[in-house]
Amino acid sequence: MSAKPLPDEEPLLRASALTRLYGERIGCRDVTFELYPGEVLAIVGESGSGKTTLLDCLSTRLAPTAGIVEYRMRDGTMRDLFRLTEAERRLLMRTDWGFVHQHAADGLRMSVSAGANVGERLMAVGERHYGDIRGTALDWLSRVEIDESRIDDTPRAFSGGMRQRLQIARNLVTNPRLVFMDEPTGGLDVSVQARLLDLLRGLVSDLGLSVIIVTHDLAVARLLSHRMMVMRHGKVIETGLTDRVLDDPQAPYTQLLVSSILQV
Amino acid sequence: MNAQADTATQAGEGEYNFAYLDEQTKRMIRRAILKAIAVPGYQVPFASREMPMPYGWGTGGVQVTASILGRDDVLKVIDQGSDDTTNAVSIRAFFEKTAQVATTTRTDEATIIQTRHRIPEKALKEDQIIVYQVPIPEPLRFLEPRETETRKMHALAEYGLMHVKLYEDIARHGHIATTYAYPVKVDGRYVMDPSPTPKFDNPKMHEMDALQLFGAGREKRIYAIPPHTAVESLDFEDYPFEIQKFDRPCAICGAENVYLDEVVLDDRGGRMFVCSDTDHCEERRAAGHTGEAGGIPLKGEETAR
Amino acid sequence: MRTRLRLADVGKSFKMHLQEGAELPVVADVGFSVAAGECVVLGGPSGAGKSSILKMIYGNYACEKGRILITADGGETVDIAAAQPRRMLALRRSTIGYVSQFLKVIPRVAAVDIVAEPLVSQGAARDEAREKAMTLLRRLNVPERLWRLAPATFSGGEQQRVNIARGFIAHYPVLLLDEPTASLDAENRAVVVDLVQGKKADGVAMLAILHDEDVRERIADRIIDVSAFKAAA
Repeated sequence: MSAKPLPDEEPLLRASALTRLYGERIGCRDVTFELYPGEVLAIVGESGSGKTTLLDCLSTRLAPTAGIVEYRMRDGTMRDLFRLTEAERRLLMRTDWGFVHQHAADGLRMSVSAGANVGERLMAVGERHYGDIRGTALDWLSRVEIDESRIDDTPRAFSGGMRQRLQIARNLVTNPRLVFMDEPTGGLDVSVQARLLDLLRGLVSDLGLSVIIVTHDLAVARLLSHRMMVMRHGKVIETGLTDRVLDDPQAPYTQLLVSSILQV
Repeated sequence: MNAQADTATQAGEGEYNFAYLDEQTKRMIRRAILKAIAVPGYQVPFASREMPMPYGWGTGGVQVTASILGRDDVLKVIDQGSDDTTNAVSIRAFFEKTAQVATTTRTDEATIIQTRHRIPEKALKEDQIIVYQVPIPEPLRFLEPRETETRKMHALAEYGLMHVKLYEDIARHGHIATTYAYPVKVDGRYVMDPSPTPKFDNPKMHEMDALQLFGAGREKRIYAIPPHTAVESLDFEDYPFEIQKFDRPCAICGAENVYLDEVVLDDRGGRMFVCSDTDHCEERRAAGHTGEAGGIPLKGEETAR
Repeated sequence: MRTRLRLADVGKSFKMHLQEGAELPVVADVGFSVAAGECVVLGGPSGAGKSSILKMIYGNYACEKGRILITADGGETVDIAAAQPRRMLALRRSTIGYVSQFLKVIPRVAAVDIVAEPLVSQGAARDEAREKAMTLLRRLNVPERLWRLAPATFSGGEQQRVNIARGFIAHYPVLLLDEPTASLDAENRAVVVDLVQGKKADGVAMLAILHDEDVRERIADRIIDVSAFKAAA
């Protein structure tokens, strides 16, 4: 069964025995996986399962207690993320990565206009032409279905769904290859959620993004992700294709999670 | 300048040490100044002292001046270009009392010029030092209130945020509406707040012959621009930096291409525009220049009003 | 004809952890193969495990025992029972197609785009894929006014036809059909029969579940009775 290598055989990100302890308490333990270009991986589990700790370690927002996270840089080299210089790491975070927070206020500058929120990353990498920055911002606003006339309004004047879409535009403007998402639809009305999910699904497939999304909502995982990791007590207890995990869950806890979904 | 240690006995009156601050403090501040000169535009923290005046009255500038002042120095103090406003008068009096140095209102006679919100119109020379009073030294604070974060941004030269501010200006006003405290990049490295001087004065900072020192007392920061250093005002390619333009000359001395203050003359809308730099204006009038208002008597003569 | 799909000693049971670990046997010792250009129909009463077999082949159910070998167009053979999720996704893109009983509706995506998507993900240009999608929708008598709408509000029959168009638009060497004609009228059943004949001519290996005797008669080359694989309870 010598399987031929698939295209993009090189992983984009690799976590090896990633562990984060909070004193005696376990944040996440011994997490090992690879993420390939274009893959959407959902990390699911209930509150306290360690999924957000894991996301924070993967995105270098939190230093792990043990283990390694490696990332394939744009030049093709695989680098240990916690051995990057701070300048390299921050550049990575604002160019090749995105991070979509659950609360848009954590990911937006609430006191500056929508246009400046989208344009900030461009200015951070040296774009110095106002007209070009504004043009790109307008383009992105329309891609996330925000009316162009709102470009000079601050996000304070936006609804929850619009803020979230603005946050997505702000992250995607530098064409990142990897986007981390922490409960991106949490706290939104169901109808607003559906629109956001649909938008995300389209953007992810059009742009060929790799995504690691943390959610407790299995419907979100089903709609967006290719693969799933189920976490409990800081450990990954089941992984696999999203539809396999949801339709034929193996671990007792996964069966419980799946059976708890309300059927409408 | 001759900033040798002056002991209290040498100071004469025995009440104050020379220039008020004790010698240890002055040495500490001088070390901060030297570091600031070595790293142009970088904000050096220093142990700012309580001064016998409230914060906001130039306590940072006063400490810098006190630390570099020598017996032979001639001091000029201006507030918004004027030598005779309260802040300038009281700081001048402070150093006359505590250091007995000579003071002047003439720009070219001064060896040290402490200023609030202006740079004199006359080009400064290499044997002069200008000391700016700074209220908020951190140019990034407008958009990033976390000091830990702004320090990191300076360290890594991450200055995209500064352009976000300028972007907002253009988006809201159609042009860069920031007219004072207009951010500059010093020696191609650190972005710096030039203190609340009008942006009209920004070009004067570029390659200036004199040493420029900045002191923020409440915020405990000192920074500097050494002589002959590149100072570039931030802008966009399609919205280049521009200084304020005045469509008329000074009403008193007829000077053009200088920064003008608006003076309200009466309650019927009467007003005139006059030099903000009072010394510059007087010098021109002494040389026989007059503006449209003409005939306003020189200082020392009987006032018309 | 060369073998495209082979199952050997495949077994599956569900372990119900929420019901004190009860074992629910599904199938055991499943062994058969499907050749290129052949349509094999799984027979047997409902509950015999026909759908479970299809789902294991598609990677939707875990295969506990045995091997499921599939040969891709390049000649490479992969054991699905042991394949990594990433390889399974690649197989689903290029090698195994699946026409389920129900359309998985995606909010706000137009019928024509839902149909075109498998071709696009195989690398076809979007316009070209849409052209082909429209041809198929027309052939399956889906009214043109519906093409630009999201199928959430379509009737069951209309949704099923959109689903069939989506399942048949792209070329897969192996195609799994789960009751593709369940809610269709005679005219559209005939279209499906035509589509299947076309796939046969293209050398596609098909494995189907079909209760419609008439359709089964017309497309089945062999019928395998799944009851024979019934696991001892």
